[in-house]
Amino acid sequence: MSAPVRIFVPRETAAVSVGADDVAAQLASRAAARGRAIELVRNGSWGMSWLEPLVEVVVAGERIAYGPVTVADVDSLLDADLLAGGAHPLRLGPTTEIPYLETQDRWTFRRCGLIEPLSLEQYRANGGFAGLGKAFALGPAAVVKELTASGLRGRGGAGFPTGIKWKTVADAPGPQKYIACNADEGDSGTFSDRMLMEGDPFTLVEGLLIAGFAVGANRGYVYLRSEYPLARAIFTQALVVARNGGWLGRNIQGSGFDFDIDLHLGAGSYVCGEETAMLESLEGKAGVIRYKPPLPALQGLFGKPTVVNNVITLASVPEILARGGAAYAALGTGRSRGTLAFQLAGNIRRGGLVEKAFGLSLRELIEQWGGGTHSGRPIRAVQIGGPLGAYFPDELLDTPLDYEAFAALSGLIGHGGIVVFDDSVDMARQARFAMEFCALESCGKCTPCRIGSVRGVEVIDRIVADENREANLALLQELCDTMVNGSLCAMGGMTPFPVRSALKYFPSDFLRRSAAVRKVAGAKR
Amino acid sequence: MSRTYDAAGAAQIIDAFGARPELLVQILHAFVERYSYINEEAVRQIAATLNLSRADVHGVVSFYHDFRTAPPGKRIVKICQAEACQSMGCRELTEHAQRKLGVPLNSTTADGEVTLEPVYCLGNCACSPAVMIDDRVYGRVDAARFDELLRKSAERPQ
Repeated sequence: MSAPVRIFVPRETAAVSVGADDVAAQLASRAAARGRAIELVRNGSWGMSWLEPLVEVVVAGERIAYGPVTVADVDSLLDADLLAGGAHPLRLGPTTEIPYLETQDRWTFRRCGLIEPLSLEQYRANGGFAGLGKAFALGPAAVVKELTASGLRGRGGAGFPTGIKWKTVADAPGPQKYIACNADEGDSGTFSDRMLMEGDPFTLVEGLLIAGFAVGANRGYVYLRSEYPLARAIFTQALVVARNGGWLGRNIQGSGFDFDIDLHLGAGSYVCGEETAMLESLEGKAGVIRYKPPLPALQGLFGKPTVVNNVITLASVPEILARGGAAYAALGTGRSRGTLAFQLAGNIRRGGLVEKAFGLSLRELIEQWGGGTHSGRPIRAVQIGGPLGAYFPDELLDTPLDYEAFAALSGLIGHGGIVVFDDSVDMARQARFAMEFCALESCGKCTPCRIGSVRGVEVIDRIVADENREANLALLQELCDTMVNGSLCAMGGMTPFPVRSALKYFPSDFLRRSAAVRKVAGAKR
Repeated sequence: MSRTYDAAGAAQIIDAFGARPELLVQILHAFVERYSYINEEAVRQIAATLNLSRADVHGVVSFYHDFRTAPPGKRIVKICQAEACQSMGCRELTEHAQRKLGVPLNSTTADGEVTLEPVYCLGNCACSPAVMIDDRVYGRVDAARFDELLRKSAERPQ
């Protein structure tokens, strides 16, 4: 009897959402029925979501990919000698040679898809904990310096330099400090936090450890949204495995450094992704935002100095330390250094995660990786950066992916989510939705956001209904000014971005429509 | 399987969190997991045990979408309404679901079988439109697949 053939089928939300669990079960039962021994491994996803469920077979030490595989394909795959890497219409060749993946700059996601997510052994064998080892050798101050040199900026959306934030917390007086990791990934079009926590959770654990070591904190909190049950299950398990392996708790690996992590669940509130609302929620309260200052770096969780970083920011740290800040800073453009895990979403042919150095154009990403729209119709609008991000028309798609270039166009890269719409989109409806969503999710603390969003929906309805059109257009602009300038946080302050971009680039969509179209828009109320 | 509220069981949950007020959001999650919703007695008991006012607890319960205050149907079906899913037809899918179930969003079928709700992003944006039935996420859901998923979910033991 020969050794069992190793087969990888991801256990990751996107893959499972299109049948990966069923495919795994079918592979196991059909292989057994044929008397073939297989060893089924549930890895994370490589991020090629359009190929999910992606099945990989290890043949002569190389992973050969097939996808997208359905339950109905399993017999024909086994007939085609899948277990020896046989030819089949779904065969994609060696996984790492698939152009979508081969052309990426994988730093933060270097192990995602490659390893078994909960295997500490595989994590270490593939470079895991090298960054932490380096941190222990360098000492806290030098770690902060290395981070500053890398040019890493907050990947949650705000783009604040991570090294400066860490230095502020490190220099803050007081014995008790915290690391609060924002895993409340609420922006539509984004899933990189989830993919990392499901596919390579120890990287986040390591990032938290390094952050704690650098700033002098011994406790970390991960605030995970409740819409991610699989990430919750995997990350919960990862914390147990890390603790049992001596990577959390007292005197970690004999370093004298103590650190532990609590996982807290959000409860379906978008605004809790705003850092101060998240801190309130972590304290057990309603997610109502706080005035700033004081900065969370000085008075954050429970009033103590706190590093608040997004999952991807923290997960980028281990590899930056392992390879050196200068190597990371060598990638990118302008003040946008290193890589970002872009997420191609919505109406796109090849949706998924693409980690690339900053500087390529939006069009390159959408066309070369994304392959255009899923529907095959022309692209009309692209929303970048979640529900607070601007809608770009075709003529702006050559904008380089760089924080400052987007800011100059009143847009944002945010958390790197890119949502493509084809020419069937009604941009007045999208603008209305931006206001509707703000009304629904506003924490209610400040008036421009709480009331402005409700009035925004009404004014857009009047414009579309052709009531006092010019006066209402002027009123909408004024309302947007009030929200931008008068809101306390980005929720109200940036909701006007999608609204104004829709008005600016797609004005014809706001012209009087047939009664039928209005009725549909009205029914959403 | 959710149970009917009982003061002793509820006390156990609060105890398991050390009756710490800063864990209120996590405690409320545990209540929803066990009892499927948070009733008025639970609010009173939590407030008394954590030394908070009922208004404090009510404020937190009513702030978050997850903390329902009425019993849901046997199955909870959530359809993503956010932008990525909009670009792939979630509005049409939602209309189909409402017709199929005979109820609007945010309501439960008359037979108490299904609660239909909106959700704003399930993080499955490369496989839109996305639907969640209880704790399972499904991608690329069109009308036919929705009907099939609904049928299959009814066959699963609750």
